[in-house]
Amino acid sequence: MAEEKRLMKGNEAIAEAAIRAGCTAYFGYPITPQNELTAYMAKHMLDHKRTFIQAESEVSAINMVYGAAATGARSMTSSSSPGVSLKQEGISYACGADVPCVVVNVARSGPGLGGISPSQGDYFQSTRGGGHGDYYHLVLAPKSVQEAADLTFEAFDLADEWRMPAMILADGLIGQMMEGVSFPPMRDLKTLPKKAWAAGRQQETHRPNNHITSLNLMPAELEQQNLARFKRYDVMKAKLQRSEEVNTDQAELILVAYGTSARIALGALQMAKAEGLEVGLFRPITLWPFPEQKLSELAAKGKRFLVVEMSMGQMIEDVRLVVNGRCEVKFYGRCGGMIPTEEEVLAEIKRLLGK
Amino acid sequence: MELLYGHPKSLNPVQTKYCPGCGHGTIHRLICEVIDELGVQERSIITNPVGCSIWSDLYFNFDSVQPPHGRTPAAATGVKRMLPDHLVICYQGDGDLAAIGTAEIIHAANRGEKFTTIFVNNAIYGMTGGQMAPTTLIGQKASTAPYGRDATGEAGMGYPMQVCEILATLGGTKYLARGSVNTPANVRKTKQYIKKAFEAQMRGEGFTMVEILSPCPTNWGLGPCEAEDWLEQNMIPFYKLGEVKNTLDAAAIGGAK
Amino acid sequence: MTEKTFMAGFGGQGVISLGQLWVYCGMKESKEVTFFPFYGAEKRGGIARASVIVSDSEIASPLVTTPDSAIVMNIDSLKLCEDCLKKGGTLLINSSLVKQETTRKDARVIKVPCNEIAEQLGDVRFANMVMMGALSKATGAVKLDKLEAVLKSFFPESKHKFIPKNLEAIEAGMKVVK
Repeated sequence: MAEEKRLMKGNEAIAEAAIRAGCTAYFGYPITPQNELTAYMAKHMLDHKRTFIQAESEVSAINMVYGAAATGARSMTSSSSPGVSLKQEGISYACGADVPCVVVNVARSGPGLGGISPSQGDYFQSTRGGGHGDYYHLVLAPKSVQEAADLTFEAFDLADEWRMPAMILADGLIGQMMEGVSFPPMRDLKTLPKKAWAAGRQQETHRPNNHITSLNLMPAELEQQNLARFKRYDVMKAKLQRSEEVNTDQAELILVAYGTSARIALGALQMAKAEGLEVGLFRPITLWPFPEQKLSELAAKGKRFLVVEMSMGQMIEDVRLVVNGRCEVKFYGRCGGMIPTEEEVLAEIKRLLGK
Repeated sequence: MELLYGHPKSLNPVQTKYCPGCGHGTIHRLICEVIDELGVQERSIITNPVGCSIWSDLYFNFDSVQPPHGRTPAAATGVKRMLPDHLVICYQGDGDLAAIGTAEIIHAANRGEKFTTIFVNNAIYGMTGGQMAPTTLIGQKASTAPYGRDATGEAGMGYPMQVCEILATLGGTKYLARGSVNTPANVRKTKQYIKKAFEAQMRGEGFTMVEILSPCPTNWGLGPCEAEDWLEQNMIPFYKLGEVKNTLDAAAIGGAK
Repeated sequence: MTEKTFMAGFGGQGVISLGQLWVYCGMKESKEVTFFPFYGAEKRGGIARASVIVSDSEIASPLVTTPDSAIVMNIDSLKLCEDCLKKGGTLLINSSLVKQETTRKDARVIKVPCNEIAEQLGDVRFANMVMMGALSKATGAVKLDKLEAVLKSFFPESKHKFIPKNLEAIEAGMKVVK
């Protein structure tokens, strides 16, 4: 049974959801605009007698996550764009060693130090394997405080099931805004999945040694490991794609947007409808695996697409790969921390529809 | 018949990849002897460094976690916090600990993380081929210090770092000792340091570290026996052996401070 | 029903808690709500702004770009609100501090002497509550009938003694709106 709704910032809701999902180890480093998440964890993890460390850097935080997760614990870190860049080394190692964990990016504008306003400029980094080597990991993009909580809760299960980091890609707006949110009940730690591969507790089973490593200096062996991992990716692509559609059947033009920009696109869609224009919305929820099956079905129907992003156009590359020249794909975006308005998107819709 | 000396069961019976005269093999053995003596083989986890001992999971007969270069103390922090009743060994070389991982070791030590760092100081980068390390002595040649380490001249290479002494200033450190494996007497002494550190860890006392001076004949350009002498004559005068800091609970160790 | 409100004032006038309490009450009245604050780069003394939406249905964009109603707590906020208010929207002005007439002839203008009323109640810090009462009466979007319970969870125990005065301030604000 869902509990009574609470009014919370996205940052706090993500933290609470993680605790309820059975996260027993959180490691963070201060960076705006995700500081409420770390502060919430500082209080509540300690209150629950779980581990919280304010690390000396984002680099250390992700490696603490790696160490804790290597023992089988549900472990998490959070940061914002510049800090997530620093974590990419650790994420690559976690992917290479098949260590599950949860990484939250409450993204801000860049490049470089950039600004502290919301942005979706980290799509490439998140979905292409942001560190070195051949790998991908789960990327989930919430559009609201409630969905940020729900996806964070689920991310721990998905990470464990697929043995890889799961990233929550939010942005400063989702982190900072307050909405009503209800949470699932607290997971009993005793019911969490057992991890036979994890390091430690050998005395309980006298099993052979477990080595958590991404190292393999034999090219032929490493190739086989990577091929096995990519087979797992294929299974994930078949099973995990998730998206939301609004009015895509009737629509002449379909907006494609995720997270915050999907909220704005939905507002523009509603305004367009009031003016008698049939516009649809396709919202990817899993950014990796990208929901290519559903999008491809729409492309097969010859729909036109307008991709709306808070970036110079990153997700649009995935849309174009799926559409593969079958229909028109246009772009509208703002960057640098600017958020497109519903009115701007509506104007672009009208321009494309010749109205 | 009582067995007085044998192969430690925590050490796999395999030939190592280490060069002749390298100290890693001896140090591995000392660690394993102490683990066997403490009876904690199935509760031991080593976090391997990046460096020659990157293969240590081939040699140690217990679990291991392999983090990125220099991040070993951060990963060991995660491991030990989750498994406080385990013996967690953070094995690091001088490049790993004192160059790329300086932030991690300082802060893990300062937090008083309850694992034991085994810091192998051979004054050179081994695996990558003899580059200058933070612990390379003044005048010592390396592939990246072809004319020898020059602290203040045009090359501006700075000074060799005395890690035990640096860490000794931090409140979280309980036991910091420096041993060597260049002579049988030093090997025996080093084992005592390791045992004290491991016992303190299992009592949950705080951060413990044993720095071990170790020969690297290959990258020093010396034979194994010459390397032992070079270490004695050059490293020990600068990196003084002994317990640099010992604030362990005297009662727990029978007053033998 | 969807009521989008833009709130602005200087830091310290309670604009942020006004927005939070508004959506908190809205949520307790079973509305969908969203609250997004933004501040100037200054830690103190900049203009504090909040985008606040309450609705009977799912809220699309959380950013209020064309508000149905706007709250002007100080003179610096007047132009900000005038520039974005929807045609025929409601402009609630803290007339204790804003003496200037608005240029928006189309707007429904409600002048609320927030500071004066609050001072009569004993503390100028109730000014934001006076304004919230006026906003409730003017828009009908949130009734504020659950406010007492909300204030009990919003404020720490030590501040519960101020709750009756807060409720009085709300009442007084409601009375200003004809």
